[in-house]
Amino acid sequence: MVPADPDGGGLMRVDLLTEPVAGLDEALAAVDAFDRTLVAGLLRPQPAQAAALTGLADAVAGTPLAERVAEAADKAAAGAASEDDLVALAAARTAVFGAVHDALTARADEATGRVRPDEQPFPASESASPNLLAAARSWLADLARAGWQGLDHDVVAGAAQVVSAMLPEPALRRLAVLLDGFAAELAASCPGAALERVPVRRWADLWSRAMLLTRPGALTAAPAEPVSGRLLPLGVDLHEHATAVQAQVHAVFEPADGSTPRLVRASVSAPKPDTVVGMGVWQLLRPHMALLAAVSEGRSMDLDGMPLTAEGDLLWDDAQARQGDPADPFATARVALPKAAASTAAPLDRHPARIAVPVFLDGYGVQRDDAATVFALPGHNLPVDIDRIPTAGPLTPEAVAASTACIGLLRWDAGRFAVQPLAVEATVKKKALVLHAGAWAGGTADTAGVKAEKAATDAVAVLRERAGKLLRR
Amino acid sequence: MLPSDSADPDSRWEEASAARVVPPARPRKLAKVPFVELADGRLQGVVSSGSDISRVYVSSVAVRTFAFACSTNNNRPCGGARGSFCKHIEALIAEAVLQYGGDRVGRYLRVDLADAAPTAGSISSTMRATRPAQGDTSAAAPVFSRFLRHLAYLELAATTAPLPEMQWFPPTRTAVA
Repeated sequence: MVPADPDGGGLMRVDLLTEPVAGLDEALAAVDAFDRTLVAGLLRPQPAQAAALTGLADAVAGTPLAERVAEAADKAAAGAASEDDLVALAAARTAVFGAVHDALTARADEATGRVRPDEQPFPASESASPNLLAAARSWLADLARAGWQGLDHDVVAGAAQVVSAMLPEPALRRLAVLLDGFAAELAASCPGAALERVPVRRWADLWSRAMLLTRPGALTAAPAEPVSGRLLPLGVDLHEHATAVQAQVHAVFEPADGSTPRLVRASVSAPKPDTVVGMGVWQLLRPHMALLAAVSEGRSMDLDGMPLTAEGDLLWDDAQARQGDPADPFATARVALPKAAASTAAPLDRHPARIAVPVFLDGYGVQRDDAATVFALPGHNLPVDIDRIPTAGPLTPEAVAASTACIGLLRWDAGRFAVQPLAVEATVKKKALVLHAGAWAGGTADTAGVKAEKAATDAVAVLRERAGKLLRR
Repeated sequence: MLPSDSADPDSRWEEASAARVVPPARPRKLAKVPFVELADGRLQGVVSSGSDISRVYVSSVAVRTFAFACSTNNNRPCGGARGSFCKHIEALIAEAVLQYGGDRVGRYLRVDLADAAPTAGSISSTMRATRPAQGDTSAAAPVFSRFLRHLAYLELAATTAPLPEMQWFPPTRTAVA
């Protein structure tokens, strides 16, 4: 590993993050044009839509997809796309974003001075439940034909049965959770004809990702090997939609055999009723991963035979972890993070939305107004995504504004890199504070936190009591 | 110049993979109204009976016409919902405003409101002033089954296998308007 600045413990080259990436504009233009075809729908394509479909096919002309996608684009332009044609178009869009992901990841690696191993083989296996996957594909094809402007409650309602049947199946959980979150957004946006604005890229992202996941083998789990050593948490990244939540702990893993430390993630997720929010989501997740308590207590954990995938995901099992010594995440970020090796994303996971590179920043100034917060570094500004800070935690936009050092995730969206704060060192009212976004994950003694815990416990208790009375009749 | 460099926040939003579309529900106490939703062209939900712990009422108000209905889960009509809104429907409106914000509830129901920050009281009285008709209770069964589906989410197992798709669903601090 070569830190970007050997004296500064891995100082980031922020200037590289704002420089143009070769070919990026052309790739995004092809995708954006395709995405706009989904706004009006593919039932009766207009000439502009036909041109956009051809443009997407041209973008993958030099790849093994070329022939199949060209055929699909022709059929779609004539308003005669089959489900398989739509899958081919989704695959083409995904391939273009795969290339965008690779270019942006290379740029982020350059900026952080990180070396990433070459791509690893990801074998695909057969998928179970072909009927459910076919039902999902059929719903997604209906959406593409109707277009976002043609959305109505009847079209959207088609997802409910598929999702209900998929959710209990562990192998289908990924697709179920995606469809559930997607359908909820579409339902809240009905009727499509009255929409003032459309999240064009987002819905095309969700649509094409879901489309690909209905393909046999696409839901194959990455291969994993057991590892043993010390896990040093950096911070917690939370994801949630109305009916699902996931927490990902980013950490540095130091193998017991003394080999190169690795950047890893440990995830825990659960479906939830939409009224379980804030502190309630930590309560749902907490019992399934002792690591959340370790994060709140500022401890490391010792792993013994925990499976680790080639993508850098620990497949957590509490039986293979025990509490370790106290470990300060800021010490980990300053000392261990610059030396840790990253992992390579699985082929289908190559999308800019998946980029979340742990970084350590200090020596910045903060500029904040109503619209944005920015870390000002010599000569360059790095936007700060404060909207991603979960509300059920002690980290606030105000604390970020008063911060002098930050552990964050480097992300890319809407044409630019930005940093999502996971933790900060700040000086508030002349007091030095350390605040973590995920500090309440394992529980808290903080006054505001305790109150939120109580309210969330009561809400879940009411629902469980109702479920006990009504579901088992 | 990249379109994303434009100062127009709408165009940035349209190009964002992580664009926030639906604001999250706001926390509220669930004992009185365990379930409320804006769906199927109605404000609809389930309201606990004040007297019998094992009984619930299924209540709804239709978008635009404000046609209202209230009955028990065993399809017995609510005695209060004759001529105008019963206390269950009033409770439903109040909790919907807590969960989604008055603005979103008013807009969804197409209530013609003068005030910028509508309250449950102003939404309810504006609807009642139009003398809405009593609707039939045919929606009660599907609403109740949606409530059961909602409760069933608590029974599903958690997993520690990563869900890469959740990267598209970041939290948001945006308060419900």
